[in-house]
Amino acid sequence: MNQIVKTFVSRRQFVVASATAAGGLAISVAFPGLADAASIGSQAWGPDNAPNEVNAFLAIGPDGGILIRSPHQEMGQGAITALPMIVAEELECDWSKVKVEYASPARNLREKNVYGPMTTVGSRGVRTSWQMLLQAGASARVRLIQAAAQRWNVPAAECEAADSKVLHKASGRSLDYGALAADAGKIKLDKEPAIRTPDQFKFIGKRVARLDTPLKINGTAQFAIDTRLPGMVYAAINACPVPGGKLASVDEAPAKGRRGVQHVVKLDNAVAVVADSFWRAKEALALLKPEWDTGAAGKTDSAQFAKMYRDTLDGPMVGARNDGNVDAEFAKGGKIVEATYEAPHLAHATMEPLNATVNLQTDKLDVWLGSQTPMGSIRQAAAASGLKPEQIEIHNCFLGGGFGRRSINDEMRQAILVAKQVGKPVKLVWTREEDVTQDRYRPQAAVRMKTALGPNGMPTAFDAKIAVGSILRSTGINKVENGVEAQAVEGFANIPYAIPSLRVGCMLKNTHVPVMFWRSVGSSQNAFFVESYVDELAHTAGQDGYKFRRALLAGKSDFLGVLDKIAEKSDWGKPLGQGRGRGIAIHECYGSIIGQVAEVTVSKKGEVRVDRVVAAVDCGHVVNPGIVEAQIQSGVIYGLSAALYGEITIKDGRVEQTNFDSYQVVTLADTPKIEVYFALSGGKKWGGIGEPGTAATAPAVANAVFAATGVRARSLPLKNVKLVGPA
Amino acid sequence: MITITVNGKQHRLDVESEMPLLWVIRDELGLTGTKFGCGISMCGACTVHVNGEAVRSCGMVVGDVAGKSVTTIEGLSPDSKHPVQQAWLAEDVPQCGYCQSGQIMAAAAFLKEHPKPSDADIDANLTNICRCGTYVRIRNAIHRAAALMKT
Repeated sequence: MNQIVKTFVSRRQFVVASATAAGGLAISVAFPGLADAASIGSQAWGPDNAPNEVNAFLAIGPDGGILIRSPHQEMGQGAITALPMIVAEELECDWSKVKVEYASPARNLREKNVYGPMTTVGSRGVRTSWQMLLQAGASARVRLIQAAAQRWNVPAAECEAADSKVLHKASGRSLDYGALAADAGKIKLDKEPAIRTPDQFKFIGKRVARLDTPLKINGTAQFAIDTRLPGMVYAAINACPVPGGKLASVDEAPAKGRRGVQHVVKLDNAVAVVADSFWRAKEALALLKPEWDTGAAGKTDSAQFAKMYRDTLDGPMVGARNDGNVDAEFAKGGKIVEATYEAPHLAHATMEPLNATVNLQTDKLDVWLGSQTPMGSIRQAAAASGLKPEQIEIHNCFLGGGFGRRSINDEMRQAILVAKQVGKPVKLVWTREEDVTQDRYRPQAAVRMKTALGPNGMPTAFDAKIAVGSILRSTGINKVENGVEAQAVEGFANIPYAIPSLRVGCMLKNTHVPVMFWRSVGSSQNAFFVESYVDELAHTAGQDGYKFRRALLAGKSDFLGVLDKIAEKSDWGKPLGQGRGRGIAIHECYGSIIGQVAEVTVSKKGEVRVDRVVAAVDCGHVVNPGIVEAQIQSGVIYGLSAALYGEITIKDGRVEQTNFDSYQVVTLADTPKIEVYFALSGGKKWGGIGEPGTAATAPAVANAVFAATGVRARSLPLKNVKLVGPA
Repeated sequence: MITITVNGKQHRLDVESEMPLLWVIRDELGLTGTKFGCGISMCGACTVHVNGEAVRSCGMVVGDVAGKSVTTIEGLSPDSKHPVQQAWLAEDVPQCGYCQSGQIMAAAAFLKEHPKPSDADIDANLTNICRCGTYVRIRNAIHRAAALMKT
């Protein structure tokens, strides 16, 4: 093994060893190698620099080992496979020599966002990074070629790169990338090379195996919750069950003196027990009976909120879109269809409950975390610890699910505050009960839609009023009291249907319940509202739901491509038996168009069984079809949990659901056959894929339930909708 | 002192007999492949084998495991080549991966009882939760594992 690769390895070992001395991870990097595959270590984060860097994204060792740094995190969506594939496309490298690590947030801070914002939200991985990553690969390839040309003293134009080698065909010479990397790193290009166009792609579009699978079949993938530091103590925490409330008092006696218990820590809105094992901490915490100061919020409930959102629909709205003249069209009379729809709060319920491990020293804070926004985590950690951002190191791990929840790190803030009081490395873990009751939830919403249908049954005017919680206000991103929030009107402001007069207004109303980004965000409820309502319009007009949408999308070839694909593949129009039905929905979000047809059976007792979902997606281009297929399947299941079962309800100001027994989610028994098709329009479209799959499922299923039963679900979840009349 | 055998290795542990097996495995023995998901035996992220049977380790106290043999994901196969693991790899099942140790341990035990399962057998017997919704690929992988085990 030659020297710099040794350095590569030894640097990694150095980092692990030094972290261990300071209380770091003690892990083995043992995973079954796949001869032809790239790899990632059990620990996703790495050292923030390496010898022989060609640029911040890439380092090539003398043996040709290629390190690619991913600016986005892995939370199941396939980023750490897809993003390096984009670099490799231009690099012309041997994929089996690629090793992937997360890009370092600390370096990103130091080097002025060299990796971009690094946020893993908004289905942004590929769609915001593809050009940057193609450029990084192309730049490296061109410099490797120039390094070889200089060494051979031949024109660079006579050289080409393939399979981790530069070749000079005229003389039959070739050099491995490893032999050229040191020189290539010193070459400054006059101008950056042009990047490939999609018709030139050779590697992008291949169904390449995920890099993280080998680590996730044998328990070696390191999640934040798996962090173990020498001298570490464990904290269990119980925050005020009424969000925004404060800890009034707590009698510490029941916890004190129990085996392993070291501290009872009081925070402004929580009490934590610190012990030598998580179980001991959790058991002792359960014995405490904290008194909470909940204020007026402690008297609220979901029914009050539902009334408030419905009443808001009768008041003024702030305009988000206004085409034509809606009022004039309504004044003309004709068939008017009006309906009010509602959606509940939802919890994220990531499989890995929120947790953070912190090692707080006087001038340094190390955090082991699963974060969707590591740069934001640095800011939050600085605020909680009082240290400077440069003194903070976020060791981002594999995320045990994100879905938006891991973009604000309440768990990290608590761990830092506890560590301040106990003076030891702390691992703080939320129980599932804490996770469900202390979430930041998908907002509750009510929407009223009104439409005038012309003589041919097609809509001439459409008016939507939206009352929903402000995510940006709740998360502190925006302080604006009145206005339009993109998340609130997502799916409405961009309704694709050709309706001459169309008006969308919203009014943002918050309660004490914190709200936040939940997979597909505003589209998660708005797609249900719009697509269920459009189905009502089609039914009222006596038209087929597919053909009605088709007419309203005339001329939009990308939408029609998706719509026609799902109709064809789902046998749309073919009769189904008694108690069965098909429903269709189409929606655009995060740059992609998703269409789904659901096929359901409703039993005589009114139980809904989704038998089949046929999905088609237009995300423009596909980096890895296996990952896109998995993300659509994933989105459908996540959306199906919300459609069938999902609701967070408030009573006495607190969340009533506590665990998977009261917050039911889909399991194998509920899982339909899911077929995923591509209807790619290509061109300049590079759409996201993590979220769109979720948005279309609830309306497709609800429309199928209508087809099967004649009952229109204007609220979710379907478990609360009475599907058979009284006997 | 409680004596349990985990992945073939005997451990004498000075822990409370009512400590759930999950926390013994994770915090006392440092085997972190077994995950905490719900603490009420619902999600199955903590599934291990006790004397060959799939058990949700958050709901079994270590006192009840004394003298028994526990297998965790780390001990399922020395080289990650158990047919279920091979099938999971071939189908590229995991997404976030957090629940997958439990899914694999549950599937491995299930296949011993149901060597030729139908989809209905799978749906009725495997109740582990996956919030990423890898269920379609889990079904495919179980069929693939069943075929691998026959050969």
